[in-house]
Amino acid sequence: MINGISINMYLMLSAIIFIIGAIGVMARRNTIILFMCIELMLNAVNLLLVAFSTLHNDASGQVFVFFVMAVAAAEVAVGLAILSMIYRNLKSIDSDLLGNLKN
Amino acid sequence: MIKLIALVPLFPLLGFLINGFFGKKIGKGLSGSIASVSVLASFIISILVFVELQESEQKSHIVNLFSWINSGALQIPFEFLVDPLSSLFLLIITGIGFLIHIYSVGYMHEDEGFSRFFTYLNLFIFFMLLLVMGNNYLIMFVGWEGVGLCSYLLIGFWFKNTAYNNAARKAFVMNRIGDLGFLLGIILTFVTFGSISYNEVFSNAGTVSPAIITSIALLLFIGAMGKSAQIPLYTWLPDAMAGPTPVSALIHAATMVTAGIYMIVRSNVFYSISEVASETVAVVGVITALFAATIGLFQNDIKKILAYSTVSQLGLMFLGLGVGAYSSAVFHVTTHAFFKALLFLGAGSVIHAMGGEQDIRKMGGLRGKIKITFITMLLGTIAISGLPPFSGFFSKDEILAHTYEHSKTLWAIGMFASILTAFYMFRLLFLTFFGKFRGTHDQEHHLHESPASMTIPLIILAALSVVGGALGLPEFWHLPNWMSDNLDSVIIRKSPSTMSHETEWLLMGIAVAGAIAAIYATWVVFMKNKVMPAETEQQLKPWQKLIYNKYYVDEMYDLLIRKPLDYLSVAFHKFLDLSVIDGIVNGVGNSVKAIGSSVRYFQTGNIGFYVMSMTMGVVLIILLTFLIK
Repeated sequence: MINGISINMYLMLSAIIFIIGAIGVMARRNTIILFMCIELMLNAVNLLLVAFSTLHNDASGQVFVFFVMAVAAAEVAVGLAILSMIYRNLKSIDSDLLGNLKN
Repeated sequence: MIKLIALVPLFPLLGFLINGFFGKKIGKGLSGSIASVSVLASFIISILVFVELQESEQKSHIVNLFSWINSGALQIPFEFLVDPLSSLFLLIITGIGFLIHIYSVGYMHEDEGFSRFFTYLNLFIFFMLLLVMGNNYLIMFVGWEGVGLCSYLLIGFWFKNTAYNNAARKAFVMNRIGDLGFLLGIILTFVTFGSISYNEVFSNAGTVSPAIITSIALLLFIGAMGKSAQIPLYTWLPDAMAGPTPVSALIHAATMVTAGIYMIVRSNVFYSISEVASETVAVVGVITALFAATIGLFQNDIKKILAYSTVSQLGLMFLGLGVGAYSSAVFHVTTHAFFKALLFLGAGSVIHAMGGEQDIRKMGGLRGKIKITFITMLLGTIAISGLPPFSGFFSKDEILAHTYEHSKTLWAIGMFASILTAFYMFRLLFLTFFGKFRGTHDQEHHLHESPASMTIPLIILAALSVVGGALGLPEFWHLPNWMSDNLDSVIIRKSPSTMSHETEWLLMGIAVAGAIAAIYATWVVFMKNKVMPAETEQQLKPWQKLIYNKYYVDEMYDLLIRKPLDYLSVAFHKFLDLSVIDGIVNGVGNSVKAIGSSVRYFQTGNIGFYVMSMTMGVVLIILLTFLIK
């Protein structure tokens, strides 16, 4: 029980956000939306970590969240750089066009 | 010197290596000299060994060279056995081998492959020496196979001719068939006695059941049948005449074909114990002798006549072995080596003079033109016909006398074969050297006596054929029979002859009378009545045609053995090779292609699809983890 809400609520919320993010990655063509969905998944995990850390009164969960956020930031930087390069070459950010390795 | 016996095969081996690697570079003169000198060196050492053995008290020396095979129960040392039998064969092999080397220098002078010829000759001498010197059956087998190989190489020496290659292959394959029997015999010996060294096997032969001894003896005899051209494995020898004449003289007259005889004499303990095996040897021998003699009567190629004569004489030797007259057979091997090598070399000289012609129907009246060849061949022919005091008489008579004691039927057949020998040999002599010349004009101009390198060996061999009888004078003349005394230590002595002197004289008389009658008949037919052998096959009567075509034995083998094997081979090819094995190999390739073409659709290049696959995979793993728990 955290602040009067049972832990199950936090679990379900985290899972729903994660699934939305996963399906978004699978189904969306726009690369920027793709990145946003990836961030969604990461943040869902962050939420879960903080919830359990509060539940068990263990600080290591929250410390881990710091790491995850740092890594996410770095990864976004690299991803957006790659995105810029793709746009310069293909004049579009449609991920369907990235099929040169096909077959 | 006996300790240095290893030098005897070493020199020909060195000759082989030098001629083999450097033959083309060192030129014909040096090549021929190195080959001949190496055999001469072996001959000299053989003489020294022989003399030393004669004077020594101990008749059987085993010289160990190195420990060859060491594998648990199978211990085979590489040892040489120096005893009267092997030292005698050493002299024959190196002595006649040397004479033939000298002859070949002259005969093969024009040939491109001169050094290759001497390489093979030296290799042959090496293997033949191994065969007779080994102290166990395995070394003998190594030599046995080796001489078979050299025979193949030398018969097919002029390899550009397909017919010669076929003859060489035929010789090798037939030898191999016999070798299967030989190998089985060796294996049976090892299984029975735990060893294959002569001394260990023969001293224990009495402790083993006679049935096993009979089996071993018969299996070894199958090997001898192949190597020494007895029925049914004899058809390779006449075909082997495709090789150069010195090859025919050395291999197919004096040495290789006598390997079977040597092997049986060496194993005389087995054959003395087993009556069945001895009887088989005698019967096969005498039938071969008669069979081949009849074929020889109708042949027109000078070398083929001599080839069938060799098969026939080998049959006589096996007859001698079969009735227990081992030293007589060895005696006949020695005298036969003298006069058969002489006859073959003489035939080579005739062919040389005729510029390559081998058909006696195209010869005639040569005695004026090639005198030395004529005189030496005359002496050889008299020797082989068995007229005293030439060597052939003494050796044949000994064999026939012992046969008479054993079985009168075998004696009668053997005697008839000997009389036929006189007939066809003198037919050869008369048609070749007497009468009018029947060849072409060019051939007549080309006629000339052979060079000294060819005639000197002829003369030496002729002298040996004449006086060689002294080696084994009949016992009942109260004269020393050196041959049987010499081989006493090696051979189980038969019980002394029970024939009366009158019978012995009678047998001798019949033999001589028969030979003289045959010679007279030949003279009447070919000289007085001037009958010529038929020019073409159509002119022959049916029974003559049958014999002329060698009783169609080759055709029978073709039909009964080769054709079925061919069909089997084609069937296996179509079924196993093409359908099954190719099917499997190609099938593997095809299935890889099929799998690949279906799996490649996973690579869509669509990122979304890849992520979905990953997600699906993770979900699957998690589900499975829960299920399997």
